[in-house]
Formats: sequence, structure tokens, C-alpha cells
Amino acid sequence: MADVSKKEIGKELLYSQAEWDFLTIERTFKAIEDIALNEMGLDVYPTQVEVITSEQMLDAYSSIGMPMMYNHWSFGKSFLRDEIMYKKGFSGLAYEIVINSDPCICYIMEENSMTMQALVMSHAAFGHNHFFKNNHLFKQWTDADAILDYLQYAKNYVAKCEEKHGVEAVEKILDSAHALRDQSVDKYTRPQKLDNSEIQKREIQRLEYEQSQYRQLWRTLPEIEKEKTDDQAEYERILSQKLGLPESNLIYFLEKHSPVLERWQSEILRIVRSIAQYFYPQKQTKMMNEGCACFTHYHIMNRLYDTGQITEGSMLEFIDFHTRVVAQPEFDSPYYGGLNPYALGFAMMKDIERICENPTDEDREWFPDFAGSNKTVETLKDAWENFRDESFILQFLSPKLVRDFRFFNIYDNMKKRDLEIKNIHNQAGYKAIRSALAAQHSVANMDLDIQVTNVDLKGDRTLTLLHWMNNEIELDDKEAKRVISHIRRLWGYKIELNSINPLTNEVVMSIDG
Amino acid sequence: MMHIIDRRLNPKGKSISNRQRFLKRAKKQIKKAVNDAITNRKISNTEGEENIRIPADGLHEPRFIGDQEKGIRDRIFPGNKDFMPGDKISRPPSGGKGAGSEASEDGEGEDMFQFSLTRDEFLDIFFEDMELPDFVKTSIKNETTHELQRAGYRRSGSPSNLNLKLTMKNSLARRLCLRRPSDEELQALEADIAKVEAKKRKTDADKEMLEKLRQTLKKKSGRRRVIPYIDPLDVRFTSFNQIEKPTTHAVMFCLMDVSGSMSEVHKDLAKRFFMLLHLFLIRQYSKVDIVFIRHTHMASEVDEDTFFHSRETGGTKVSTALEVMNDIIKERYPAEDWNIYAAQASDGDNLTSDNERCQYLLQNVLLPQCQYFAYVEIWDQREEAIFNGQKSATNLWQTYDSVNMGNQNFAIKKVTGAADIFPVLKDLFSKSNAQEGK
Repeated sequence: MADVSKKEIGKELLYSQAEWDFLTIERTFKAIEDIALNEMGLDVYPTQVEVITSEQMLDAYSSIGMPMMYNHWSFGKSFLRDEIMYKKGFSGLAYEIVINSDPCICYIMEENSMTMQALVMSHAAFGHNHFFKNNHLFKQWTDADAILDYLQYAKNYVAKCEEKHGVEAVEKILDSAHALRDQSVDKYTRPQKLDNSEIQKREIQRLEYEQSQYRQLWRTLPEIEKEKTDDQAEYERILSQKLGLPESNLIYFLEKHSPVLERWQSEILRIVRSIAQYFYPQKQTKMMNEGCACFTHYHIMNRLYDTGQITEGSMLEFIDFHTRVVAQPEFDSPYYGGLNPYALGFAMMKDIERICENPTDEDREWFPDFAGSNKTVETLKDAWENFRDESFILQFLSPKLVRDFRFFNIYDNMKKRDLEIKNIHNQAGYKAIRSALAAQHSVANMDLDIQVTNVDLKGDRTLTLLHWMNNEIELDDKEAKRVISHIRRLWGYKIELNSINPLTNEVVMSIDG
Repeated sequence: MMHIIDRRLNPKGKSISNRQRFLKRAKKQIKKAVNDAITNRKISNTEGEENIRIPADGLHEPRFIGDQEKGIRDRIFPGNKDFMPGDKISRPPSGGKGAGSEASEDGEGEDMFQFSLTRDEFLDIFFEDMELPDFVKTSIKNETTHELQRAGYRRSGSPSNLNLKLTMKNSLARRLCLRRPSDEELQALEADIAKVEAKKRKTDADKEMLEKLRQTLKKKSGRRRVIPYIDPLDVRFTSFNQIEKPTTHAVMFCLMDVSGSMSEVHKDLAKRFFMLLHLFLIRQYSKVDIVFIRHTHMASEVDEDTFFHSRETGGTKVSTALEVMNDIIKERYPAEDWNIYAAQASDGDNLTSDNERCQYLLQNVLLPQCQYFAYVEIWDQREEAIFNGQKSATNLWQTYDSVNMGNQNFAIKKVTGAADIFPVLKDLFSKSNAQEGK
């Protein structure tokens, strides 16, 4: 980086052995912090570094990376799976887990060597931490100071329900809610703030009282005025308005309007939904978030080495690990498992650095705004703040990277016998590849668009769901049937799901449950 | 700003409850897998953990997902070698990479779910509905004694547990800190006063001195009253915890014919039977000794390796093994202190003239001392086909069968293949069997 190129050689070594102790960690953290804040100008939440054992790491891992979670058998299942993968050596453990909270909690494993601890702290405590605090999605959609309290509340609430209604009853609701997690985030409106438990308690009391009175929606007394409108269209309009249809947040809809759910059941749905919502930005920024963390750790570790604060041996250990993390196996390699978000993210961040500092003519043409500006940090910070994976790729993927990765584009239409190579890494293909890659990271391609569109309020209460197909991709009907039986459990009455091809408006698939 | 916390001492195993929930949910499948694990493969390694595979189906968590066989996908891959735009490549066979590598995100789909059970979990599930048959020594089996274990000190307790040394140490420390006047100090003062008082003619200086001394004495003895020699605060009691200590121990005799007629297949089956029995006994007893006795026409005690692996030739005389067993019981495992189990595996070949002796030994000598004696006759499948049932059973079988009539703690079963082992053991030791006394 241009503005930090001066070398200050002769600082003292932070550590010289692989073993770590608390003093060394603290000393190293300070050195890292100095680079992160004063040289790179990162803006982070205060950090809480917690040392845990590998077994505790497995624990944390299996409860979707959170320090506390309500109990459910599925977390036990992932624990058992992770455990055997780890023990058999198929997969390493995460070296770190970082939690988007204020203070930012960063777990490090006791088994790590000191170099690994330094790497993890740079990566998580500064890279991820900066991203969490500054990226617009996280800012808008997550609530860093409330999440831990909320999880505590959730855990206690679920436990209380188990005591009152039995483990099995609670488990059923959670099973069903989990099946809908992907379809249960607010994509368009900002979610409500996570309430602290006091407010929550009051709200529950209020709602319980209300519910004990009556449910407006399901009242059976004829409504004097509205009964008079025979007009079907008008009736439907009113209905939609009342129910907020169409609604793409399935759990939200069921939580608010299900005729069969008791209050505690709705509250459990709400908990699952809130947690799903909390993770929603992570899904959309995976590549950028990892890229930011990798760029940060790479920069910091190099600076530590340049300033003589870590030894050559540590540097080699670091480079070995770093290289493995950001490796991208090619499509025909047995190790290929899709695009590695670490690889792409890191490469793009480094590429931006290159374009800022050492642009070619091509770069000047493609990125007139910042090529040669020498403002790496500003450019990166702006990107980290204002983009998500999809838009970031669309804006910043350079022809050089397309060439470096030797990207190519396969067009795969299941109706045709063969796959077709649409674009490759040549002049004609850069833009097309860039947009296809961006589309691959878009919300539309990651999640299915399923909405509640109708409720037969006067008849048998059938709930109608609509699946808007994307690229003619139908639902896997075996899975869909299973999910629908879960929805049925939550709704209590018949469910109807239609897949519609938006191009032709025809119903392609219909499932009843 | 940074804060570092050592969480390593936090309770680990946060997932234990989730883990148990999972096991409970998958119980039926796990049970089957556990049984298969024993029946279908070598169980020579039952130490440590057991890997279990169960069908993922029942534990599947469904989600709405796209059908991988339909639709249009535009995908970017890295590492182009020589593709040119417009090239056609044939679709990799179903669900391959080209069609989307996210076919099953969890890596499970319809395949098997694999995980490991701890040894305890494994055995719990495995032996869930089995119980040791015990007809004689019920009281011994379930009895546990309590043993006292030192558990530091506490402030309350029974006088007999008063820890004098620590109490005095505390008292001394407190007295020193609070400056409690010592006996010597007071005695010295009193002596001084007496000395002054003893003077017949007291000068003013003496009087003043006397007054001063008396004052000091008063102050000091006051102080002594306020600061007791032993305060309740000083008292410490040695504390003990009662820990349950099972007194039960068992010995298991493994008897096997190793003469030429026992093939490797026979031995393998016998081995599995003994192992299961052993596993089972470890569950019930804190200590299980195993005694291996093999015999041809002569019997001897051997180690496990020799028992299963070396091969002898010679005649077969079963009674010799029973005699050796009896000798060992007398010598090392007196029946009043030990729960004695025996399992005998044989192909049923015996010297005809020896059968009567076996019957006698078993009925009159061994069974009265044993908790349970199980005889397993191993047939290979061809034999089974030829003899077709028990009618044309072996001599030994017939002999033992007659013993079987009158004795509750005796069982005989026939095993023809690995798959029989577990059901047979289960049959021998099933709970109902144990309760009804067969």
C-alpha cells in the first residue's frame, strides 16, 4: 500500500516460539491493532478474544457458530457430523469463529500456534470485524449490540416452553420452522430491531392477553358492512390488505395469521425467523467478507514481517496456511468444490490494490475512477461499505482476474443434450462472464421465490403458495412435499403450492398437502 | 481495545444435550446400525469409539430446493484449458459437476449419515434390553458400598471430624494478627505488680508505676476477653464425601475346544460370542476377569492370543476343561466372593465315554457355583443342512440338554453363522429370561 510503504525495521520480535501465552497474545494483538487502525484506518467494534479448546470449537460450530443457542436435535446432528469429519481428518476445524456482535467476539483455539493466533486475530478481529461494522447490509439488517442478549432470551424462552409443553411439542415446531428458514427473511423492508428481553416480555404478555380475547381474522360474526360487497375482486383486495399479501416471509405470515398456533408457538417461529434474518447479510456478502478478512490478515502479517516483528519462520508458516486458504482448484481437479469465496475475494481485493497503485492501460479503461489513484485503502473501504457480492463483482471484477482464473461460462439447459461453452476469458467474454458470475451470487439465484398469495378465509382455510420459477428451475418435488407437510403443521389446514413460469404464466407444477 | 478471556475451563460439551436429542430421535436406526456393527464385522476392536452409519432419511431436514434435473443454469468455472465459445460438451452423468455441484448441500441427500458414538453410548444402546441373569446372588450383584473420600475442609461438621491442626493454625494466626496478649505477657505483668505491691514503703514513683501497670493489666485482660483463644471462625472440620463403590466383580470363564475339528470359522464364531459376552459383562461389573481355558484331550489355562490363534491336534475330552475351571475357581475365585460366568463353545465333538463325566461335573460341581453357564454349539452351515435340527444333535448336545432340564442357570444354544451370535446371546440373557428364570 502506497501510504504505508515506509519500513521501520528494528522493532522487537513479538514472539519467537510456536507456543503462545496470554502476554504474547496481548502484545501481538497490540502490534496488529496498531497496523490495522493506524496504517489501514480500519474501524472496528471492541474485540473480545476468547480462547477455547477444539471440542468447544466443535460445540460452537454446530450451533451455527453462535456462543449460545436453543437446544435442538439438528444441532446435535451437525455436531456428530462435524466431529467425525474432524476426527477422520476429512476436514480441519475452523481456526476461528467470529461473531457479529458488539463487542465483537472472536474465538481462537488453544491448539493454534502463535503465528496462527496472530493470523486469526488479524483475520477475524480486524478483517471481519471491520466488515461487520461498516458494510451497509450488516448496518441495516443486523443488530450487533442486541444479538447476544437476544440469543440468551431465545434459549431461555425455548427452554421454558419445553418445560411447559414438553420437549417433543417444541421440537415439532422448531423442525417445521427450520424447514422454512430460507424463505423467512424480510428482503425488502428493514426488520424490526431485536428487542431486549424486558420489552419482549411485555409484548408477549400483551399479545397473550389479546389472543385470549379473540382473533380478528378468524372471527365468525358477520361483518355488517363488508358482507355487503359481493364483488369478488373487492373482497380479495380487502383480504390481501388485511393479510399483507403477497408475503414472501413465510414464517412471518404463519406466525401472525395461523389459526392453529398458540402464542408460544408463534413466538418460537419469531425466534427462528429473527435468527435467520440475522444471518441473511452473511449469505450475500460471504465472498467480500472473507476477501476483506484475507486482505487484512495478509497485509498485517506482511507488515509485521517487514517491521521485523515476526521471524522468517513465522512468515513461512503464515504463507503456507494463507496459500492453502486462498487456493482455487480448477474445475477438473478432484479438489474442486465450487468457487472458493476466499480465493475470489482475496484476489479481487489484491487486484484493486494493484489497479490503484500499478494500473495498466486496460485497467485505466475499465476503472477510470480509481486506476492509478493510489488510494487503495479508500477504494477498498468504500467497496467494503457499500457493496454486496453481486454488485461488487459487477463493479470490480477486472479482465485481468478473469484471465488469471481462466474463467469460462457453461450454459446448461437441461432440455438440451449437451452443455455449451458460452464465454471464455477473452476480450469478448469479460463482460459476459462478469455478469454471469455476479448473477451467480445474486439473491435471486440463491433463494427460491416462494410467496403466500391467498387464503381461503371463508371456505376451508386453504393456504395458497406461489413459487415463481427462475430460469425454468422447478422445485425438487420430494423435498417440497416434505416442506409442505411442515407448513401444514404450522397452518393447520390444507396447503396448495403452484410453481409458475413467469415467462409463460403457466402453472408448471402443483403440490397439495 | 481488546479483552482476552480464557474460556477453556468453561464447561465443554455444550452440545451434549443436543447430541442426546439426536440419538433419541434416531434411536431405532441407530439400534439397528449398532447391532449390524457387531454382527457383520470383526469386533476385535471395541475399545474407544464406534463409527455408526445410519440412513440419513429419517433425520433429513427438508428445504425448498431447485430440481437439479430441470432448468437452465449459467455457471462460471475456473481453470479453462482449451474450451472455445460455442464448444459443446456432453453432460456428465447425472448430477455431476456440470449440472451443479450443490446437489446436496449437506453432503447427505439420500445417502448414509455417519457419526461416532462413544463407547458408553454404544454399549448402552447395544445392551439396552438385556440383563444379566442372576438367580443366586442378586444381593451381591446390585450392592454397592460407600467409601469415604477426603474432600478438603469445611466450617461445620461433627466434632469427631474436627481438624485440630488446622483449627489451631487458624487460631494462632488470628491471635497474632489481633495481638491477643499471651499468657506470658500477663504473667509478667502480674509479677511486676506483685513486686511493686510487695514493697512496704512505696514512693510516689512506685504508686504511679503501680497504677500504670494495673491499667495495662486491665486493658490486656480486657483484650483477652474480647479476642478468644479459639473463635468459631478458626474451627475447621475435615470433610468426607461418600462415593459409591461397586463391590461387584465377576469372572468369566471361556472354554473352548481347540482340537482339529474346530475350524477357523468355528473359532471366529466362538470369538465373537465371547467378545459379546465380555462386552456385556463389562457393562454390569466394575471388574471382570477373564480366564481362557482351552482343551483337546487335555485342558490348560492360556492367554487370549493363544486361546484364539494357536491350533492343536488331538482328541477331545471336554471334561478336562471343566476340571481345570473348577480348580481355578477353588484357587482364585471363591464362589462366595465372585460372580462366576462361564461360556463354552464347541463343535459338539466329544469322546463318547467322557459325556457322563461332563454331566456330573457340570450338574454337581460347577453349576452350583456359577451364576450362569452358557453352552454354545457351533455348527457350520453344511452340518446344519445335513443334520437338520436338533434331533440328530451331537453327543455333547444331548448330554448338556439333559442338564438343561433341571437347571435355571444353564442355557444351550446353537450357532451356525455370524448373524446368529447376537440373537443367541440376547436370547440367553434377555430380561424376561432372567426374570422368569427361563
